[in-house]
Amino acid sequence: MWSTLSSIFPYAIAYTIPLLITALGGLYCERSGVTNLGLEGLMLVGYFACAITIRLLEPSLAQYPNGILALGLVAGVIAGGLFSLLHAFASINLKADQVISGTAINMLAGAITVYLARLISGSGNVRIRMGIIRKNIPLLAKIPIIGPLFFSQTYWTTWLVLIIWALSWLLLYKTSFGLRLRACGEHPSAVESAGVNVHRMRYFGVIVSGALAGLGGSVILITYSGEFHGTVAGLGFLSIAALIFGQWKPLGILGATFFFGSATTIANVSQVIPSLSVVPPVFFKVFPYVATLIALVLFSKKSAAPKASGQPF
Amino acid sequence: MKKRPRTTESHAFLVAVSAVILGLIGGAVLMASIGSNPFLGFYYLFRGGLMNIERIGNTLATATTLMLVGLSVAFAFKTGLFNIGASGQMLIGGLCATLVAHKVFLPRPLFLVVLIGSALIGGALWGVIPGFLKARFNVHEVVATIMMNWIAYWSIYYFVPAYLKGPSLETESASIAVSQSLRSPWLTKLFNGSYINYGFFIAIVAVVLIRFVLDKTTLGFGLKAVGSNRFCAEYAGIKVNRNVIISMMIAGSLAGLAGLSFYTGYSRNMQIGVLPAQGFDGIAVALLGASNPLGVFFSSLFFGILQSGKGFMNAMTSVPPEIADSIIAVIIYFTATSVLFQRLWDRLFKYRRSRRSGEKEE
Repeated sequence: MWSTLSSIFPYAIAYTIPLLITALGGLYCERSGVTNLGLEGLMLVGYFACAITIRLLEPSLAQYPNGILALGLVAGVIAGGLFSLLHAFASINLKADQVISGTAINMLAGAITVYLARLISGSGNVRIRMGIIRKNIPLLAKIPIIGPLFFSQTYWTTWLVLIIWALSWLLLYKTSFGLRLRACGEHPSAVESAGVNVHRMRYFGVIVSGALAGLGGSVILITYSGEFHGTVAGLGFLSIAALIFGQWKPLGILGATFFFGSATTIANVSQVIPSLSVVPPVFFKVFPYVATLIALVLFSKKSAAPKASGQPF
Repeated sequence: MKKRPRTTESHAFLVAVSAVILGLIGGAVLMASIGSNPFLGFYYLFRGGLMNIERIGNTLATATTLMLVGLSVAFAFKTGLFNIGASGQMLIGGLCATLVAHKVFLPRPLFLVVLIGSALIGGALWGVIPGFLKARFNVHEVVATIMMNWIAYWSIYYFVPAYLKGPSLETESASIAVSQSLRSPWLTKLFNGSYINYGFFIAIVAVVLIRFVLDKTTLGFGLKAVGSNRFCAEYAGIKVNRNVIISMMIAGSLAGLAGLSFYTGYSRNMQIGVLPAQGFDGIAVALLGASNPLGVFFSSLFFGILQSGKGFMNAMTSVPPEIADSIIAVIIYFTATSVLFQRLWDRLFKYRRSRRSGEKEE
C-alpha cells in the first residue's frame, strides 16, 4: 500500500498543479464579477505559445535548458493574458453575455492555435525535446513519510505555482486591494460609489485569469505532456469544476484540485495496480464532475458564489 | 406597438449579417497572414461545399447535425436557458442509437422508429437532469450541462471499447451496416454517393414542429413567457419549474437527434476521446439564427458549407482546414458583442430618420 501510494503521489501532484493555477485564475475572475468559461481556451493558448517559444529557442540556446523553459512559461503567461483581453472587452465594455463570450474564446483558441501549429508541422502537433528534470529538495526529502511524498522527484514549477497560490491568498484576503476586488464581484455599485473604478478591477481579474490559465497550459507542456496536440482535454472545464467544488476560496480550490488530480491519476494507473483495478476507471474519471454536481445541490441553499458574477456593470 | 417585433427582427438580421461579414473578414486576415490569397481561399472553400451534387449532399448532411443542435440551443434560449451541453446530449443520443443499430434487428420502418426513439430518449435524459437540477435546486444550467458533457465524454471513452469495439481500432466503435443506419440507397444514389441520410428530413420536420410549438401552442407560449420574465410568468400562473424541465428535456432530445444523424448517418461509428464540436458550433447557429427556427435553418446551411468545404480548400491551397472553425468562432464572438452593431445601426438609422423628418418640416 505504501509503495503504491508513494509511487502515484508525484503523478497526482503533477496533475493537480495545472488545475490549481487555472482554477486560481478563475477565482480572480469570478471574484471580480466576471464569469470565465474560456479557461479551457486560455489554457490552450498558453500551451501553444509555450510550445512554439521552446521549439524556436531549442536549437540556439540548448545549453540553458531551464532558461528556455522559463521563457516558454513567460510566453504562455503573456499569450494567455493577451487573449483574455477579448473576453474582458466583450464582457466589461460591451456588456455581452459572458457565457457566450467565454464559449467564443474556447472555440477561437481551439481553431487558431491548431491553424497556426499546422504551419509549423503538417499534423498540427508541436513536439518539444526538453522538459523539466525532477529534483529532490535537499534535506526536506530526507524527512520520513512527508519527504518521499512531497519533496522528492518534484518539478520546480510545482513550487512556483504554490508560491503564486500563497501570494494570491495574501493579496485577495489580506490587502485592501483584495477586498475591493472581491467587493466588485459582490456589489459593484457600492464599490463604484466608494470611488473605485469597477471596470479597471474587472479588467485586472480577467487578465490575471488569462495569464494564470496560460501558465497552467504551459506547465502541462513542460511537465508531463511534452507535445502540443491541439487540446487540453477538458482540464480548463475541470478547473471550473474545482473552483465551484472549492466554493470560490483559495484553500477550497487547493483541496478540490488535489482531489480531482488524484482521481485522474488513480483512473490512469488503476489498470496496472491490482488493488485498484477492482473499481472501473470510468468511476474515477466521472467522479469530479458528479461530485461537483452534488456539491452544487448541497450548497444550493447558501451558495458561496460571488453574487454579481456574470452580471455586467 | 404593432411595429415593434418587426424592427427587432430586422435588427437581428442586420446583426447576423454584420457578424458574418466580420467573420469572413477575420478569415481573410488569417489566410493573408500566412501568405495565401483570401479570395482564392474563399473560392475553394465555397466550391468545396457546393461544386457538384455529391458535395451538396455532403454539405446538407453536415448541416443536418448543425441544424438539430442549433434548434436545441435555440429552443432552450427561448425559455431563458443556455444549453451548452448539446455535445454531451449528442454523445448519449448517438450512443443509444448506435447500440440499437448494432443489437436490434426489425423490419426497416419499425427499426427506424426504434432508432429515432432511442436517440430521443438518450438525449432527453441527458437534458432533463440539468433541467431538474435547475428547477428543484437552482443549480445554474450552464455549469450543470458542462459537467454532464464530461460525464458523457468519459462514459463513452470506456463504454465503446468495452462493448462496441471495432475489429481494427481500439478508439472507435465497429462500423454500422448501411441497412442498419440512417443512410438509404436511393438517397445515396440520388446524391452520387454522398453522406446525406434520413437525418436531413428529420431535421426539416423538427424545424417545422418546433416553430409550430413555439408560435401556436400553449406550451410554447408558456415556455417563452418563462424566458422573457420568469417572475411575471409565475404571477400569471404559469408553472415555471415545470416549463424549465420540459424545455431542457426537449432541447436535450433535439441534440440527441443531432447525435443520431451524426453517428448513425454521417459517420456510422463513434470515436472515443472526442467531444463533438458540433455541440458548440450549434451555439453559433442558434445565435446567428436569432433563436428562430427558420433562422436556424439558414444559418446551419451556411455553416454546413463552411465545414464541408474546408477539406477541398485545404487540398487546393495551403490554408489549414481550421480556417472554417476560426470563421465560426469569430462570428460567435461578434454575435455575443452584438451591442456594438446595434449601436452602430441604431445611430445610422436615427441619423437618417432625423434627417428625413427634418426635410419634411421644411
